[in-house]
Amino acid sequence: MGAGVKGDPGGEGMSVGVGGGAESAVAISVGAELAPLEIAVTRTLIVSGAIASRDYQDVHHDAELAKEKGSPDIFMNILTTNGLVGRYVTDHFGPTVVLRKVAIRLGAPNYPGDTMVLTGKVTAVEQAGGSESGSESGSESGSESGAGNGSGGATAVVRVVGANGLGAHVTGTVTVTLPKSGGQA
Amino acid sequence: MTGDLAHAALKVFEGLPAATAGVGKDLVNEPMIRHWCEAMGDTSPAYEGPDAIAPPTMLQAWTMGGLSGHQGRSGAYDELFALLDGAGYTSVVATDCEQEYLRPLRPGDAITFDAVIESVSERKTTKLGTGHFVTTRMDVRADGELAGTHRFRILKYAPTARPLPEKKAARRPRPVVNRDNAGFWEGVREHRLLIQRCSSCGTLRFPWLPGCGACASQEWSTVEASGEGTVFSYVVMHHPPFPAFDPPYAVGLIELAEGVRIISNVVGVPYDKVRTGMPVRLEFMRVDEELELPVFRAGDAGPGSGCASGVVSGGDSGGVSGGASGGEG
Repeated sequence: MGAGVKGDPGGEGMSVGVGGGAESAVAISVGAELAPLEIAVTRTLIVSGAIASRDYQDVHHDAELAKEKGSPDIFMNILTTNGLVGRYVTDHFGPTVVLRKVAIRLGAPNYPGDTMVLTGKVTAVEQAGGSESGSESGSESGSESGAGNGSGGATAVVRVVGANGLGAHVTGTVTVTLPKSGGQA
Repeated sequence: MTGDLAHAALKVFEGLPAATAGVGKDLVNEPMIRHWCEAMGDTSPAYEGPDAIAPPTMLQAWTMGGLSGHQGRSGAYDELFALLDGAGYTSVVATDCEQEYLRPLRPGDAITFDAVIESVSERKTTKLGTGHFVTTRMDVRADGELAGTHRFRILKYAPTARPLPEKKAARRPRPVVNRDNAGFWEGVREHRLLIQRCSSCGTLRFPWLPGCGACASQEWSTVEASGEGTVFSYVVMHHPPFPAFDPPYAVGLIELAEGVRIISNVVGVPYDKVRTGMPVRLEFMRVDEELELPVFRAGDAGPGSGCASGVVSGGDSGGVSGGASGGEG
């Protein structure tokens, strides 16, 4: 469902509509916040994430060996965190969004039994072709952005934080290119 | 324990390959994509069907060695790890991951990769322990075409020693004994709590000091404390926990019958039942095979309020309080 271009009623800067998952259009503008996503950090999630990412480090599946290494329990591996952060952002913008970059830093470990709440905020939006403000690129005129396989929509940077009971498990930024408005990518 | 590694010895690895001509063990494939999506709870339709792409965040997964280990790892990388392992930095934790996706990966793509050691940090101390950050950058290719870059930072560290219960009980800190206070510790060894008395003006002083605070005279003798005292003030230690101490516990400022005050533990009463004015009596507590310390036992004054009678028997059990009476100043 490609959504049509939305105007910028508030005049707050850039704001384009993109296909948000199913039918609703999601306006994207600097400062926009993503709905939080709560992830139950279960033992199953930690282990299945580790195995799905081909990471057999014992600290991600064997609690006893994790303890021997000074950790109170097994903990989520960085690849799973990376996957969850990516999913969080692509879930928000819909399947036609293109992930450009995911950069994360880990802090407090994700131990079983904890809950991680992902939150995100759009910190930058750049129109295709480098136009600086909410140009409504409903036409085909938008030149391809420098990124390789782009379908030419706006590029947005989302600041993501995943907080658990111990503090910030992950902080990072995700860069996405939105499908060119008005059409399917 | 960890040995110090000269940073220079680690920096020589910067720029050396971490992996050369690595080959992904599997072609990009639907089952692994599906397993990934199941684990992540990712239901995006982009990852299924005839036009499926792999979730971009799987980039590193295609390069993983799995249970059978890595291929294409360079000698330099193994050497660096051996060096760090040898110095005691045996644990690994990933701290940063930066990935850029240049083109989507699709089932059937053959993955190859090269990686370089970008940097090895100076020795850093983190909450987890002390160690070195190692940053690598990997180029991931699909059918020979650059598909993504992957910068990865790990901390190779020696875990912070956690108090291993029982195994190796930490010992109390040793007292610093010097010429000015040696006499006090000699007294402790003989189960006598000695107070200094100025030979010129007769003022008692504690703790031990070379000169009199009242008249500055450096002449002194000692008197042995009777062992009676009261809690003048106290604190309860909750945090931080020190090795060999088991919080919470009460630390009292005890006013001895002779008038001087001494800081020590209040024992024989729960930490939260210590009160100012509470009568206590000296006893000597054996801390370990080479250290005894004067501590103060609160009487078993019962749950009633009234501060029992002045003298509290210290001879109930322990037996260490035997010789503390006598010698009055």
